[in-house]
Amino acid sequence: MEKLFMTGNEAIAEAAVRAGCRYYFGYPITPQNEIPEYMVKRLPEVGGVFLQAESEIASIFMVYGAAGSGARVMTSSASPGISLKQEGISYIAAAELPCVIVNMMRGGPGLGGIQPSQSDYFQATKGGGHGDYHLFVLAPATVQEAADLCLEAFDIADRYRNPVMILGDGVLGQMMEPVSFQDRRPAADLPEKTWALTGTKGRAANVVKTLNLDPSVLEKHNLKLQEKYKRMAKEEVRVECYQVDDAEIVIAAYGTVARIAKTAIQALREKGIKAGLVRPITLYPFPYKTFADIAPKVRKILTVEMSLGQMVEDVRLAVGDKTEVCFFGRCGGIVPGYEEIVVEVEKLTAKVAR
Amino acid sequence: MSESKTQKKPKRARIAIDEHFCKGCGLCVDNCPQHIISISGTVATSGYYPAQCPDPENKCTGCTLCARICPDVAIEVFKAKKVDGGAH
Amino acid sequence: MNTEAQEMERIFERPRALRSATTHYCPGCGHGITHRLVAEVIDELGIRETIVGVAPVGCSVLMYNYFDIDMFEASHGRAPAIATGFKRARPDLPVFTYQGDGDLAAIGIAETIHAAARGEKFTTIFINNATYGMTGGQMAPTTLVGQKTATSPTGRNCETAGYPIKVCEMLATLDAPSYIARVSVSSAKHVLKAKQAISKAFQLQLKGFPYTFVEVLSPCPTDWHMTPQEAVEWLEENMFPQYPLGEVKAPKEGV
Repeated sequence: MEKLFMTGNEAIAEAAVRAGCRYYFGYPITPQNEIPEYMVKRLPEVGGVFLQAESEIASIFMVYGAAGSGARVMTSSASPGISLKQEGISYIAAAELPCVIVNMMRGGPGLGGIQPSQSDYFQATKGGGHGDYHLFVLAPATVQEAADLCLEAFDIADRYRNPVMILGDGVLGQMMEPVSFQDRRPAADLPEKTWALTGTKGRAANVVKTLNLDPSVLEKHNLKLQEKYKRMAKEEVRVECYQVDDAEIVIAAYGTVARIAKTAIQALREKGIKAGLVRPITLYPFPYKTFADIAPKVRKILTVEMSLGQMVEDVRLAVGDKTEVCFFGRCGGIVPGYEEIVVEVEKLTAKVAR
Repeated sequence: MSESKTQKKPKRARIAIDEHFCKGCGLCVDNCPQHIISISGTVATSGYYPAQCPDPENKCTGCTLCARICPDVAIEVFKAKKVDGGAH
Repeated sequence: MNTEAQEMERIFERPRALRSATTHYCPGCGHGITHRLVAEVIDELGIRETIVGVAPVGCSVLMYNYFDIDMFEASHGRAPAIATGFKRARPDLPVFTYQGDGDLAAIGIAETIHAAARGEKFTTIFINNATYGMTGGQMAPTTLVGQKTATSPTGRNCETAGYPIKVCEMLATLDAPSYIARVSVSSAKHVLKAKQAISKAFQLQLKGFPYTFVEVLSPCPTDWHMTPQEAVEWLEENMFPQYPLGEVKAPKEGV
């Protein structure tokens, strides 16, 4: 397969086009501008449309409109912009419109900074907008994986009629790595989009809506959404376990931090410390079972994040009192070096030895 | 007295007010150039006092203005078919 | 001649694009009239099976219960963005948004201006009744100076609440829109003109003209605390001077 040298942002954009995405609506924000800048050139080549909206709010509702036609559509942004999109994301989740949303996280809260961060984990996995809903959240760690997951994301969105978020950060978005693209057509067993708005010709009118004034109808709709989330949890959890079989200490990390953790694990093993990594690839649905299964076999789990402790709450939920869950995080745009992780693990193993 | 009392015109047109839809707003009453629509004194099943147009003097011209101002699409208008006089 | 037996033909009936449903609108509300006009135009242009509408948030949020066409329900003010996204994906289908003054001129003014500035090829029907109807008659961007509402109980004070927005005139400063008109549904005479404008807007869209916009001055008897008769009189006396009727912008070549 042909290898190209691309940034994570560009790889995601190219993968989206190869997945059949023909409509992109966005608004400039660092560090994801390579996505719209790629799309504006690439989409016209395949008969698609790129449109720079007047705001993140408008762009997410353009996604709502295009997705309502049954088309494959995406938007991308970074943390403050994703906050602005939350209104539309809630409506898209409620209306069950498939689409892909990329968040290349930067430091927050507020305008924060433009350096990489993972502090939008709660927002991505627990809701973000109002109401009982969840995004399907994919967290790639390499440029190749970003491309592969983006190719799959559109199928997942169509299969579950649910918005899918690709959650990266400035490192992943702007780092260049070799990447190759699978030839991938939409899965053959995806449900037909009979709900799409196409004009009523030959059928009763369709309505894409989210208002349910009757509480019993709204409760029923919510229960239907929950059934979908349960189905996702059953069918779609993805996780990488790296050198965990003999590990005494397991690092829990996703995305960019997971890459750094792998380097730390090598260094730790050279020092005789048996460390491993559990890397959630789907942040929602979260691999609770993997952590629950591993917990009794390890002395400690160290969750490392570019935040002050968000995913660690899910790890603790999974593990309960089966083992101690510790945390190490940097934030504000500071990417932890592998040496820092080594030091943290050594501190824990020292305590273990005592 | 009106001429129709002495020389009643043939019915040229009529309207049908659907009491199910009429909310008795009275806009048709105000917009009827013939002043033949009024609000009924009897409550309809809708809970409103509907408009009525008995038109005993056959004044309705079928101008459709009542139907065009009606916010509830409660009025249908009928007009006498033109008799084919073989004019050409 | 037996006059009662004379054969009658139906010359005015419910348009096909409207379902046979009782609306939730109050007696004398202009939404019902405007719905019917839009539906009549849809029928006359033969586009019921191809058109896609976007409902706003506000009194007309449930309009998809009355129109027998494919429809979106937007969030507050975002209808132009949804219409943009849809029309870009399906440029072959006619598209319209139907929005009130709070939806369009307050929370959704950015989406409106930018859709107009881009010359998006859909039609917007803008109901201006100078108040927030659904939430109970609060002050809108189009509330007149001195007009009493639930949130301007002593009348809109321009010192603190500013002045009403003339949306047609504001949009007419943009280059892209092809048709901008203001009409009223306060009397049968005005209803006839309103329909002409709505028809022209849709016809221009079908011909590929960019952004078409019709503002409809519309009575809200309930939130104006008036009878339907008082409401249409108040509208003509007070809103006509502030919001002059007519085509503010139209293409040189006619329809």
